[in-house]
Amino acid sequence: MWAITPDELTAIKLSLKVASVAMVFSLPLAVGVAFALSRGRFLGKTLLDGLIHLPLVLPPVVTGYALLLLFGKKGPIGSFLAETFGLVFSFRWTGAALAAAVMGFPLMVRAIRLAMDSIEPGVEAAASTLGASPMWVFLTVTLPMSAQGIIAGAMLSFAKALGEFGATITFVSNIPGETQTIPAAIYSLTQTPGGDDGALRLSLFSVALSLVALVVSETLARRAGSRGVRLQ
Amino acid sequence: MISFDCKRSRGDFTLDGKFETRDGVTALFGSSGAGKTTVLRLIAGLERPDHGRIVIGGTCVVDTEAGIWLPAHKRRAGLVFQDAQLFPHYDVHKNLTYARRFRPADEKALTFDTVIGVLAISHLLDRKPETLSGGERQRVAIGRALLSYPQILLFDEPLASLDLPRKLEILSLIEKIRDEFKIPIVYISHSVDEIARLASHVIRLAKGRVITKGSASDVLSLVKSPVAADRFDLVSMITAKVEREDNNYAVTVLAHPAGKIVVPYKVEPGQDHVKVAVRATNVTLALAPPGPMSVRTVLEGEVAEVQESDGPFALVTVRLTGGDRVYAYMTRMAAAELKLKAGVRVFALAKTVAMDERGIGGLRLS
Repeated sequence: MWAITPDELTAIKLSLKVASVAMVFSLPLAVGVAFALSRGRFLGKTLLDGLIHLPLVLPPVVTGYALLLLFGKKGPIGSFLAETFGLVFSFRWTGAALAAAVMGFPLMVRAIRLAMDSIEPGVEAAASTLGASPMWVFLTVTLPMSAQGIIAGAMLSFAKALGEFGATITFVSNIPGETQTIPAAIYSLTQTPGGDDGALRLSLFSVALSLVALVVSETLARRAGSRGVRLQ
Repeated sequence: MISFDCKRSRGDFTLDGKFETRDGVTALFGSSGAGKTTVLRLIAGLERPDHGRIVIGGTCVVDTEAGIWLPAHKRRAGLVFQDAQLFPHYDVHKNLTYARRFRPADEKALTFDTVIGVLAISHLLDRKPETLSGGERQRVAIGRALLSYPQILLFDEPLASLDLPRKLEILSLIEKIRDEFKIPIVYISHSVDEIARLASHVIRLAKGRVITKGSASDVLSLVKSPVAADRFDLVSMITAKVEREDNNYAVTVLAHPAGKIVVPYKVEPGQDHVKVAVRATNVTLALAPPGPMSVRTVLEGEVAEVQESDGPFALVTVRLTGGDRVYAYMTRMAAAELKLKAGVRVFALAKTVAMDERGIGGLRLS
Protein backbone atom coordinates (compact mmCIF):
# COMPACT_ATOMS: atom_id res chain seq x y z
CA MET A 1 0.00 0.00 0.00
CA TRP A 2 2.76 2.49 0.92
CA ALA A 3 5.38 1.44 -1.61
CA ILE A 4 5.85 4.07 -4.27
CA THR A 5 5.82 2.64 -7.80
CA PRO A 6 8.55 3.55 -10.33
CA ASP A 7 6.00 5.60 -12.32
CA GLU A 8 5.08 7.63 -9.28
CA LEU A 9 8.76 8.14 -8.47
CA THR A 10 9.29 9.46 -11.99
CA ALA A 11 6.48 11.97 -11.47
CA ILE A 12 7.95 13.09 -8.13
CA LYS A 13 11.44 13.55 -9.57
CA LEU A 14 10.05 15.41 -12.55
CA SER A 15 7.99 17.70 -10.31
CA LEU A 16 11.03 18.58 -8.20
CA LYS A 17 13.08 19.26 -11.32
CA VAL A 18 10.38 21.39 -12.94
CA ALA A 19 9.75 23.40 -9.74
CA SER A 20 13.47 23.98 -9.05
CA VAL A 21 14.22 25.09 -12.60
CA ALA A 22 11.15 27.34 -12.64
CA MET A 23 12.21 28.94 -9.35
CA VAL A 24 15.89 29.39 -10.18
CA PHE A 25 15.33 30.90 -13.61
CA SER A 26 12.53 33.25 -12.63
CA LEU A 27 14.22 34.55 -9.45
CA PRO A 28 16.66 37.06 -11.04
CA LEU A 29 13.92 38.34 -13.34
CA ALA A 30 11.49 38.64 -10.42
CA VAL A 31 14.07 40.61 -8.38
CA GLY A 32 14.60 42.95 -11.32
CA VAL A 33 10.89 43.46 -11.95
CA ALA A 34 10.16 43.92 -8.23
CA PHE A 35 12.91 46.55 -8.03
CA ALA A 36 11.58 48.37 -11.10
CA LEU A 37 8.04 48.36 -9.68
CA SER A 38 9.18 49.42 -6.21
CA ARG A 39 11.66 52.16 -7.12
CA GLY A 40 11.09 53.06 -10.73
CA ARG A 41 8.99 55.82 -12.16
CA PHE A 42 8.35 55.00 -15.79
CA LEU A 43 5.64 55.01 -18.38
CA GLY A 44 3.55 51.83 -18.44
CA LYS A 45 4.36 50.86 -14.86
CA THR A 46 0.72 50.14 -14.06
CA LEU A 47 0.43 48.10 -17.25
CA LEU A 48 3.51 46.03 -16.32
CA ASP A 49 2.12 45.52 -12.85
CA GLY A 50 -1.19 44.32 -14.28
CA LEU A 51 0.44 42.04 -16.83
CA ILE A 52 2.51 40.32 -14.14
CA HIS A 53 -0.50 39.78 -11.93
CA LEU A 54 -2.63 38.44 -14.78
CA PRO A 55 -1.81 34.72 -14.21
CA LEU A 56 -3.06 35.13 -10.65
CA VAL A 57 -6.58 36.02 -11.75
CA LEU A 58 -6.93 34.36 -15.17
CA PRO A 59 -8.22 30.80 -15.37
CA PRO A 60 -5.03 28.68 -15.53
CA VAL A 61 -6.31 27.08 -18.74
CA VAL A 62 -6.29 30.50 -20.40
CA THR A 63 -2.70 31.12 -19.28
CA GLY A 64 -1.73 27.68 -20.62
CA TYR A 65 -3.44 28.38 -23.92
CA ALA A 66 -1.70 31.77 -24.19
CA LEU A 67 1.63 30.02 -23.59
CA LEU A 68 0.76 27.51 -26.29
CA LEU A 69 0.03 30.32 -28.74
CA LEU A 70 3.20 32.27 -27.88
CA PHE A 71 5.71 29.53 -27.07
CA GLY A 72 4.28 26.66 -29.13
CA LYS A 73 6.19 25.28 -32.13
CA LYS A 74 4.47 27.78 -34.42
CA GLY A 75 4.21 30.58 -31.87
CA PRO A 76 6.23 33.74 -32.53
CA ILE A 77 8.48 33.36 -29.50
CA GLY A 78 8.54 29.56 -29.53
CA SER A 79 9.67 29.30 -33.16
CA PHE A 80 12.32 31.98 -32.64
CA LEU A 81 13.77 30.26 -29.56
CA ALA A 82 13.70 26.84 -31.26
CA GLU A 83 15.53 28.15 -34.33
CA THR A 84 18.04 30.36 -32.53
CA PHE A 85 18.87 28.41 -29.39
CA GLY A 86 17.33 25.02 -30.06
CA LEU A 87 15.16 25.61 -27.01
CA VAL A 88 11.84 23.83 -27.41
CA PHE A 89 9.02 24.21 -24.91
CA SER A 90 6.01 22.46 -26.38
CA PHE A 91 5.34 19.01 -24.93
CA ARG A 92 8.68 19.03 -23.10
CA TRP A 93 9.48 19.27 -19.40
CA THR A 94 10.98 22.70 -20.15
CA GLY A 95 7.48 23.82 -21.10
CA ALA A 96 6.16 22.53 -17.78
CA ALA A 97 8.87 24.59 -16.05
CA LEU A 98 7.90 27.67 -18.09
CA ALA A 99 4.23 27.25 -17.18
CA ALA A 100 5.13 26.81 -13.51
CA ALA A 101 7.41 29.87 -13.61
CA VAL A 102 4.74 32.07 -15.19
CA MET A 103 2.10 30.94 -12.69
CA GLY A 104 4.41 31.47 -9.71
CA PHE A 105 5.86 34.76 -10.98
CA PRO A 106 3.23 37.13 -9.50
CA LEU A 107 3.62 35.52 -6.08
CA MET A 108 7.38 35.86 -6.25
CA VAL A 109 7.34 39.48 -7.46
CA ARG A 110 4.76 40.43 -4.84
CA ALA A 111 6.76 39.07 -1.91
CA ILE A 112 10.00 40.69 -3.08
CA ARG A 113 8.35 43.99 -3.90
CA LEU A 114 6.71 44.19 -0.47
CA ALA A 115 10.11 43.66 1.15
CA MET A 116 11.70 46.34 -1.03
CA ASP A 117 8.86 48.78 -0.36
CA SER A 118 9.42 48.44 3.38
CA ILE A 119 13.07 49.51 3.20
CA GLU A 120 13.44 53.02 4.55
CA PRO A 121 14.57 55.25 1.63
CA GLY A 122 17.04 57.03 3.92
CA VAL A 123 19.18 53.92 4.27
CA GLU A 124 19.79 53.73 0.53
CA ALA A 125 20.33 57.50 0.42
CA ALA A 126 22.90 57.15 3.22
CA ALA A 127 24.78 54.50 1.24
CA SER A 128 24.97 56.74 -1.82
CA THR A 129 26.23 59.75 0.15
CA LEU A 130 28.93 57.45 1.55
CA GLY A 131 30.16 56.89 -1.98
CA ALA A 132 28.30 53.78 -3.15
CA SER A 133 27.23 53.69 -6.80
CA PRO A 134 23.58 52.77 -7.50
CA MET A 135 24.65 49.20 -8.41
CA TRP A 136 26.61 48.85 -5.18
CA VAL A 137 23.72 50.26 -3.15
CA PHE A 138 21.48 47.65 -4.75
CA LEU A 139 23.89 44.81 -3.98
CA THR A 140 24.85 45.79 -0.42
CA VAL A 141 21.70 47.46 0.87
CA THR A 142 18.56 46.77 -1.16
CA LEU A 143 19.21 43.08 -1.84
CA PRO A 144 20.29 41.98 1.65
CA MET A 145 17.59 44.08 3.28
CA SER A 146 14.93 42.36 1.17
CA ALA A 147 16.42 38.89 1.72
CA GLN A 148 13.41 37.73 3.70
CA GLY A 149 11.04 38.68 0.91
CA ILE A 150 13.26 37.07 -1.72
CA ILE A 151 13.38 33.79 0.18
CA ALA A 152 9.66 33.86 0.85
CA GLY A 153 8.94 34.65 -2.79
CA ALA A 154 11.22 31.87 -4.03
CA MET A 155 9.59 29.32 -1.76
CA LEU A 156 6.07 30.45 -2.66
CA SER A 157 6.91 30.09 -6.33
CA PHE A 158 8.43 26.65 -5.68
CA ALA A 159 5.35 25.50 -3.81
CA LYS A 160 3.08 26.94 -6.49
CA ALA A 161 5.11 25.14 -9.17
CA LEU A 162 4.70 21.80 -7.37
CA GLY A 163 0.94 22.23 -7.45
CA GLU A 164 0.54 23.78 -10.92
CA PHE A 165 -1.90 21.81 -13.04
CA GLY A 166 -4.20 23.76 -15.36
CA ALA A 167 -1.70 25.79 -17.35
CA THR A 168 0.77 22.90 -17.52
CA ILE A 169 -1.69 20.33 -18.86
CA THR A 170 -3.03 22.83 -21.42
CA PHE A 171 0.41 23.87 -22.61
CA VAL A 172 2.45 20.65 -22.54
CA SER A 173 -0.19 17.95 -22.00
CA ASN A 174 0.26 15.01 -19.65
CA ILE A 175 3.10 12.83 -20.90
CA PRO A 176 4.50 10.38 -18.33
CA GLY A 177 8.23 10.89 -17.83
CA GLU A 178 8.23 14.18 -19.76
CA THR A 179 5.49 16.51 -18.57
CA GLN A 180 3.54 14.45 -16.06
CA THR A 181 4.15 16.23 -12.77
CA ILE A 182 2.63 15.11 -9.44
CA PRO A 183 -0.76 16.85 -9.91
CA ALA A 184 -1.07 15.51 -13.47
CA ALA A 185 -0.13 12.02 -12.27
CA ILE A 186 -2.74 12.21 -9.48
CA TYR A 187 -5.33 13.33 -12.02
CA SER A 188 -4.45 10.40 -14.31
CA LEU A 189 -4.54 7.92 -11.43
CA THR A 190 -7.98 9.07 -10.32
CA GLN A 191 -9.22 8.48 -13.88
CA THR A 192 -7.78 4.95 -13.91
CA PRO A 193 -9.58 1.96 -12.29
CA GLY A 194 -7.54 0.83 -9.25
CA GLY A 195 -5.50 4.02 -9.21
CA ASP A 196 -6.86 5.24 -5.87
CA ASP A 197 -3.95 3.99 -3.78
CA GLY A 198 -1.42 5.67 -6.02
CA ALA A 199 -3.41 8.92 -6.00
CA LEU A 200 -3.52 8.86 -2.20
CA ARG A 201 0.23 8.16 -1.92
CA LEU A 202 1.11 11.01 -4.27
CA SER A 203 -1.34 13.34 -2.52
CA LEU A 204 0.19 12.62 0.88
CA PHE A 205 3.65 13.10 -0.56
CA SER A 206 2.52 16.38 -2.07
CA VAL A 207 1.22 17.59 1.29
CA ALA A 208 4.50 16.64 2.99
CA LEU A 209 6.60 18.36 0.31
CA SER A 210 4.62 21.59 0.54
CA LEU A 211 4.92 21.57 4.31
CA VAL A 212 8.68 21.11 4.12
CA ALA A 213 8.96 23.96 1.60
CA LEU A 214 6.99 26.27 3.88
CA VAL A 215 8.97 25.35 7.01
CA VAL A 216 12.27 25.77 5.19
CA SER A 217 11.22 29.17 3.86
CA GLU A 218 10.06 30.33 7.31
CA THR A 219 13.33 29.24 8.90
CA LEU A 220 15.51 30.81 6.24
CA ALA A 221 13.54 34.03 6.34
CA ARG A 222 13.78 34.23 10.11
CA ARG A 223 17.51 33.65 10.00
CA ALA A 224 17.94 36.29 7.30
CA GLY A 225 15.93 38.66 9.45
CA SER A 226 18.02 38.25 12.55
CA ARG A 227 21.48 37.99 11.08
CA GLY A 228 21.19 39.58 7.72
CA VAL A 229 22.68 38.23 4.54
CA ARG A 230 26.26 39.33 4.03
CA LEU A 231 27.44 40.08 0.58
CA GLN A 232 30.56 42.04 1.25
CA MET B 1 33.30 76.23 0.77
CA ILE B 2 29.84 75.72 -0.72
CA SER B 3 28.29 78.17 -3.07
CA PHE B 4 24.59 77.51 -3.43
CA ASP B 5 22.12 79.10 -5.79
CA CYS B 6 19.11 76.94 -6.56
CA LYS B 7 15.45 77.00 -7.30
CA ARG B 8 13.20 74.01 -6.84
CA SER B 9 9.40 73.81 -6.80
CA ARG B 10 7.35 70.88 -5.57
CA GLY B 11 3.62 71.30 -5.14
CA ASP B 12 3.01 74.67 -3.56
CA PHE B 13 6.45 74.88 -1.92
CA THR B 14 9.23 76.74 -3.68
CA LEU B 15 12.78 76.86 -2.49
CA ASP B 16 14.72 79.75 -3.95
CA GLY B 17 17.96 80.55 -2.18
CA LYS B 18 21.46 81.83 -2.75
CA PHE B 19 24.25 81.77 -0.18
CA GLU B 20 27.82 80.77 0.54
CA THR B 21 29.05 78.74 3.48
CA ARG B 22 32.33 79.32 5.35
CA ASP B 23 34.96 77.18 7.01
CA GLY B 24 33.95 75.96 10.44
CA VAL B 25 30.25 75.51 11.09
CA THR B 26 27.66 77.21 8.94
CA ALA B 27 24.16 76.83 10.34
CA LEU B 28 20.96 76.72 8.33
CA PHE B 29 18.36 78.02 10.70
CA GLY B 30 14.61 78.25 10.39
CA SER B 31 11.35 76.73 11.56
CA SER B 32 10.13 73.43 10.14
CA GLY B 33 8.94 73.74 6.58
CA ALA B 34 11.46 76.50 5.85
CA GLY B 35 13.26 74.29 3.34
CA LYS B 36 16.38 73.48 5.35
CA THR B 37 16.35 69.75 4.62
CA THR B 38 15.69 70.36 0.92
CA VAL B 39 18.80 72.55 0.79
CA LEU B 40 20.86 69.79 2.39
CA ARG B 41 19.48 67.12 0.05
CA LEU B 42 20.27 69.34 -2.93
CA ILE B 43 23.85 69.75 -1.70
CA ALA B 44 24.22 66.01 -1.08
CA GLY B 45 22.87 65.15 -4.52
CA LEU B 46 19.73 63.39 -3.32
CA GLU B 47 17.52 65.88 -5.15
CA ARG B 48 17.88 67.86 -8.33
CA PRO B 49 17.22 71.61 -8.56
CA ASP B 50 14.90 72.89 -11.28
CA HIS B 51 17.39 75.64 -11.95
CA GLY B 52 20.66 76.49 -10.32
CA ARG B 53 24.23 75.76 -9.53
CA ILE B 54 26.08 74.31 -6.54
CA VAL B 55 29.84 74.35 -6.06
CA ILE B 56 31.47 72.34 -3.27
CA GLY B 57 35.08 73.16 -2.49
CA GLY B 58 35.81 74.35 -6.00
CA THR B 59 34.03 71.47 -7.77
CA CYS B 60 30.82 72.27 -9.57
CA VAL B 61 28.46 69.43 -8.65
CA VAL B 62 25.37 70.69 -10.41
CA ASP B 63 24.75 73.39 -12.97
CA THR B 64 21.47 73.18 -14.82
CA GLU B 65 22.60 75.76 -17.40
CA ALA B 66 25.78 73.91 -18.27
CA GLY B 67 24.17 70.47 -17.91
CA ILE B 68 26.47 69.37 -15.09
CA TRP B 69 25.22 66.72 -12.68
CA LEU B 70 27.46 64.85 -10.26
CA PRO B 71 25.54 62.01 -8.56
CA ALA B 72 25.46 61.73 -4.77
CA HIS B 73 28.12 59.03 -4.56
CA LYS B 74 30.70 61.20 -6.31
CA ARG B 75 30.21 64.33 -4.21
CA ARG B 76 32.06 63.37 -1.04
CA ALA B 77 29.45 65.14 1.06
CA GLY B 78 28.91 63.17 4.27
CA LEU B 79 25.32 63.46 5.42
CA VAL B 80 24.29 62.70 9.00
CA PHE B 81 20.55 62.09 9.03
CA GLN B 82 18.11 63.04 11.75
CA ASP B 83 17.48 59.39 12.57
CA ALA B 84 20.94 57.91 11.89
CA GLN B 85 19.84 55.58 9.04
CA LEU B 86 22.42 52.93 9.90
CA PHE B 87 22.51 49.73 7.86
CA PRO B 88 20.40 47.36 9.98
CA HIS B 89 21.90 44.23 8.42
CA TYR B 90 25.49 45.15 9.29
CA ASP B 91 27.11 45.41 12.71
CA VAL B 92 28.63 48.70 13.86
CA HIS B 93 32.07 47.81 12.50
CA LYS B 94 30.69 47.09 9.02
CA ASN B 95 28.65 50.27 9.15
CA LEU B 96 31.75 52.29 9.95
CA THR B 97 33.89 50.67 7.26
CA TYR B 98 31.22 50.69 4.55
CA ALA B 99 32.91 53.59 2.74
CA ARG B 100 36.40 52.11 2.98
CA ARG B 101 36.41 50.78 -0.57
CA PHE B 102 35.48 54.20 -1.97
CA ARG B 103 38.37 55.95 -0.24
CA PRO B 104 40.30 58.18 -2.62
CA ALA B 105 43.89 57.05 -3.06
CA ASP B 106 45.36 60.30 -1.74
CA GLU B 107 43.32 60.29 1.45
CA LYS B 108 44.98 59.30 4.69
CA ALA B 109 44.12 62.06 7.10
CA LEU B 110 41.54 60.18 9.14
CA THR B 111 42.11 56.72 10.46
CA PHE B 112 39.55 54.30 11.80
CA ASP B 113 41.19 54.32 15.24
CA THR B 114 41.17 58.11 15.53
CA VAL B 115 37.52 58.30 14.65
CA ILE B 116 36.32 55.58 17.01
CA GLY B 117 38.54 57.11 19.68
CA VAL B 118 37.05 60.57 19.38
CA LEU B 119 33.51 59.21 19.18
CA ALA B 120 34.12 56.72 22.02
CA ILE B 121 32.44 53.84 20.21
CA SER B 122 35.13 51.15 20.37
CA HIS B 123 33.01 49.05 22.73
CA LEU B 124 30.10 48.99 20.27
CA LEU B 125 31.85 47.52 17.23
CA ASP B 126 30.25 44.05 17.42
CA ARG B 127 26.74 45.30 18.08
CA LYS B 128 23.86 45.47 15.61
CA PRO B 129 22.25 48.92 15.16
CA GLU B 130 18.92 47.73 16.59
CA THR B 131 20.59 47.12 19.97
CA LEU B 132 22.03 50.65 20.23
CA SER B 133 20.51 53.57 22.10
CA GLY B 134 19.59 56.75 20.22
CA GLY B 135 22.76 58.57 21.21
CA GLU B 136 24.99 55.61 20.32
CA ARG B 137 23.29 55.29 16.95
CA GLN B 138 23.90 58.94 16.20
CA ARG B 139 27.58 58.64 17.20
CA VAL B 140 28.01 55.66 14.86
CA ALA B 141 26.27 57.59 12.08
CA ILE B 142 28.68 60.50 12.57
CA GLY B 143 31.63 58.08 12.54
CA ARG B 144 30.36 56.44 9.38
CA ALA B 145 30.06 59.82 7.65
CA LEU B 146 33.54 60.89 8.85
CA LEU B 147 35.07 57.66 7.52
CA SER B 148 33.69 58.35 4.06
CA TYR B 149 36.44 61.00 3.81
CA PRO B 150 34.03 63.83 3.14
CA GLN B 151 35.04 67.23 1.84
CA ILE B 152 32.15 68.56 3.84
CA LEU B 153 29.88 67.23 6.58
CA LEU B 154 26.15 67.89 6.48
CA PHE B 155 24.10 67.50 9.66
CA ASP B 156 20.32 67.31 9.36
CA GLU B 157 19.02 68.05 12.87
CA PRO B 158 21.11 65.26 14.37
CA LEU B 159 19.86 65.95 17.90
CA ALA B 160 16.15 66.00 17.14
CA SER B 161 15.30 62.59 18.56
CA LEU B 162 17.64 62.64 21.58
CA ASP B 163 17.14 63.55 25.23
CA LEU B 164 19.02 66.49 26.75
CA PRO B 165 22.12 64.70 28.17
CA ARG B 166 22.55 62.89 24.83
CA LYS B 167 22.11 66.18 22.97
CA LEU B 168 24.95 67.76 24.93
CA GLU B 169 27.14 64.72 24.36
CA ILE B 170 26.68 64.90 20.57
CA LEU B 171 27.05 68.69 20.58
CA SER B 172 30.47 68.50 22.18
CA LEU B 173 31.41 65.76 19.69
CA ILE B 174 30.49 68.03 16.81
CA GLU B 175 32.59 70.77 18.42
CA LYS B 176 35.50 68.33 18.55
CA ILE B 177 35.07 67.40 14.91
CA ARG B 178 34.93 71.07 13.99
CA ASP B 179 38.12 71.85 15.93
CA GLU B 180 40.20 68.70 15.46
CA PHE B 181 39.39 67.43 11.97
CA LYS B 182 38.90 70.83 10.33
CA ILE B 183 36.12 69.56 8.11
CA PRO B 184 33.69 72.29 7.11
CA ILE B 185 30.23 71.60 8.48
CA VAL B 186 26.74 72.62 7.44
CA TYR B 187 24.40 72.20 10.37
CA ILE B 188 20.62 72.33 10.25
CA SER B 189 18.58 73.13 13.29
CA HIS B 190 15.62 75.08 14.50
CA SER B 191 17.17 75.53 17.94
CA VAL B 192 18.84 78.91 18.48
CA ASP B 193 20.77 77.51 21.41
CA GLU B 194 22.45 74.76 19.39
CA ILE B 195 23.32 77.19 16.64
CA ALA B 196 24.60 79.86 19.02
CA ARG B 197 26.95 77.28 20.46
CA LEU B 198 28.24 75.67 17.26
CA ALA B 199 28.07 78.01 14.35
CA SER B 200 30.20 80.94 13.31
CA HIS B 201 28.08 81.72 10.27
CA VAL B 202 24.30 81.53 10.09
CA ILE B 203 21.86 81.47 7.19
CA ARG B 204 18.28 81.97 8.19
CA LEU B 205 15.55 80.49 5.99
CA ALA B 206 11.82 81.07 5.99
CA LYS B 207 9.30 79.67 3.52
CA GLY B 208 12.01 78.55 1.13
CA ARG B 209 13.88 81.85 1.06
CA VAL B 210 17.03 83.17 2.67
CA ILE B 211 15.94 85.99 4.94
CA THR B 212 19.24 86.83 6.67
CA LYS B 213 22.81 85.61 6.54
CA GLY B 214 25.96 86.64 8.36
CA SER B 215 27.95 85.95 11.49
CA ALA B 216 26.18 83.99 14.21
CA SER B 217 25.97 86.83 16.69
CA ASP B 218 24.64 89.20 14.03
CA VAL B 219 21.97 86.88 12.65
CA LEU B 220 20.81 85.52 15.97
CA SER B 221 20.46 88.97 17.44
CA LEU B 222 19.40 90.87 14.35
CA VAL B 223 15.87 92.02 14.82
CA LYS B 224 14.47 94.61 12.52
CA SER B 225 11.32 95.04 14.50
CA PRO B 226 10.46 93.38 17.77
CA VAL B 227 6.97 92.65 16.48
CA ALA B 228 8.09 90.79 13.39
CA ALA B 229 10.55 88.46 15.07
CA ASP B 230 9.68 85.52 17.23
CA ARG B 231 10.74 86.85 20.60
CA PHE B 232 11.73 83.36 21.80
CA ASP B 233 14.30 83.07 19.00
CA LEU B 234 16.35 86.08 20.01
CA VAL B 235 19.50 85.36 21.99
CA SER B 236 22.50 87.39 23.05
CA MET B 237 25.93 85.85 23.17
CA ILE B 238 28.26 86.65 26.03
CA THR B 239 31.83 85.42 26.24
CA ALA B 240 33.25 85.11 29.75
CA LYS B 241 36.22 83.61 31.57
CA VAL B 242 35.82 80.53 33.75
CA GLU B 243 36.40 81.62 37.35
CA ARG B 244 35.67 78.44 39.25
CA GLU B 245 33.64 75.25 39.23
CA ASP B 246 31.49 74.75 42.27
CA ASN B 247 31.23 71.01 42.89
CA ASN B 248 28.93 71.49 45.81
CA TYR B 249 26.19 73.07 43.73
CA ALA B 250 27.20 71.62 40.33
CA VAL B 251 27.48 75.04 38.72
CA THR B 252 30.27 77.01 37.09
CA VAL B 253 30.92 80.65 37.90
CA LEU B 254 32.12 82.83 35.02
CA ALA B 255 33.74 86.22 35.40
CA HIS B 256 32.75 89.04 33.04
CA PRO B 257 33.78 92.69 33.49
CA ALA B 258 30.09 93.48 33.99
CA GLY B 259 29.61 90.92 36.74
CA LYS B 260 29.51 87.22 37.52
CA ILE B 261 27.58 84.70 35.42
CA VAL B 262 26.46 81.44 36.98
CA VAL B 263 25.85 78.62 34.49
CA PRO B 264 24.55 75.15 35.31
CA TYR B 265 26.83 72.08 35.29
CA LYS B 266 30.54 71.94 34.59
CA VAL B 267 32.57 73.12 31.67
CA GLU B 268 34.72 70.79 29.56
CA PRO B 269 38.22 70.63 31.02
CA GLY B 270 40.75 72.77 29.23
CA GLN B 271 38.31 75.54 28.36
CA ASP B 272 39.07 78.87 29.91
CA HIS B 273 36.51 80.94 28.04
CA VAL B 274 32.89 80.03 27.57
CA LYS B 275 30.30 81.40 25.19
CA VAL B 276 26.88 81.68 26.78
CA ALA B 277 23.65 82.20 24.88
CA VAL B 278 21.06 84.10 26.88
CA ARG B 279 17.53 84.35 25.57
CA ALA B 280 16.12 87.85 25.49
CA THR B 281 13.00 86.59 27.26
CA ASN B 282 15.17 85.47 30.20
CA VAL B 283 16.61 88.90 30.92
CA THR B 284 15.13 91.22 33.54
CA LEU B 285 16.36 94.81 33.91
CA ALA B 286 16.62 96.64 37.23
CA LEU B 287 17.51 100.30 37.79
CA ALA B 288 19.37 99.66 41.04
CA PRO B 289 21.39 96.68 42.30
CA PRO B 290 18.66 94.34 43.49
CA GLY B 291 18.46 93.22 47.10
CA PRO B 292 18.48 89.61 48.28
CA MET B 293 16.91 87.38 45.62
CA SER B 294 17.39 84.03 43.92
CA VAL B 295 18.84 85.25 40.64
CA ARG B 296 22.63 84.73 40.69
CA THR B 297 23.63 86.48 37.50
CA VAL B 298 23.61 90.27 37.63
CA LEU B 299 25.41 92.23 34.89
CA GLU B 300 25.96 95.96 34.88
CA GLY B 301 25.65 98.13 31.80
CA GLU B 302 23.75 100.94 30.13
CA VAL B 303 20.82 100.99 27.77
CA ALA B 304 21.90 101.41 24.15
CA GLU B 305 18.52 101.33 22.45
CA VAL B 306 14.83 100.78 23.12
CA GLN B 307 12.69 99.47 20.26
CA GLU B 308 8.96 99.47 20.80
CA SER B 309 6.40 97.47 18.86
CA ASP B 310 2.76 98.24 18.21
CA GLY B 311 1.90 95.27 20.39
CA PRO B 312 2.63 94.66 24.03
CA PHE B 313 6.42 94.22 23.77
CA ALA B 314 9.57 96.31 23.70
CA LEU B 315 13.12 95.20 23.03
CA VAL B 316 15.86 96.84 25.07
CA THR B 317 19.51 96.53 24.06
CA VAL B 318 22.00 96.87 26.91
CA ARG B 319 25.69 97.54 26.36
CA LEU B 320 27.50 95.68 29.14
CA THR B 321 30.51 97.10 30.95
CA GLY B 322 33.55 95.70 29.14
CA GLY B 323 31.77 94.94 25.84
CA ASP B 324 29.09 92.44 24.72
CA ARG B 325 25.44 93.27 24.30
CA VAL B 326 22.49 91.78 26.06
CA TYR B 327 18.93 91.94 24.76
CA ALA B 328 15.97 92.08 27.08
CA TYR B 329 12.37 91.64 26.05
CA MET B 330 9.82 93.26 28.31
CA THR B 331 6.41 94.81 28.07
CA ARG B 332 6.15 98.32 26.69
CA MET B 333 4.49 99.14 29.96
CA ALA B 334 7.60 98.15 31.95
CA ALA B 335 9.92 100.08 29.63
CA ALA B 336 7.75 103.18 29.97
CA GLU B 337 7.32 103.00 33.73
CA LEU B 338 11.09 102.58 34.26
CA LYS B 339 11.67 105.45 31.79
CA LEU B 340 14.23 103.36 29.90
CA LYS B 341 16.09 105.16 27.17
CA ALA B 342 19.63 105.24 25.76
CA GLY B 343 22.24 106.01 28.42
CA VAL B 344 20.29 104.82 31.49
CA ARG B 345 22.37 102.64 33.86
CA VAL B 346 20.78 99.23 34.38
CA PHE B 347 21.44 95.82 35.90
CA ALA B 348 20.57 92.84 33.71
CA LEU B 349 19.39 89.75 35.58
CA ALA B 350 19.38 86.26 34.04
CA LYS B 351 18.11 83.12 35.73
CA THR B 352 20.52 80.18 35.60
CA VAL B 353 17.69 77.66 35.37
CA ALA B 354 16.40 79.34 32.23
CA MET B 355 19.75 79.02 30.43
CA ASP B 356 19.71 76.17 27.96
CA GLU B 357 22.77 73.92 28.32
CA ARG B 358 22.77 73.51 24.55
CA GLY B 359 23.60 77.19 24.32
CA ILE B 360 26.65 77.08 26.55
CA GLY B 361 29.86 76.24 24.71
CA GLY B 362 32.00 73.48 26.11
CA LEU B 363 29.56 72.40 28.78
CA ARG B 364 29.51 68.88 30.14
CA LEU B 365 26.96 67.17 32.33
CA SER B 366 28.56 65.61 35.39
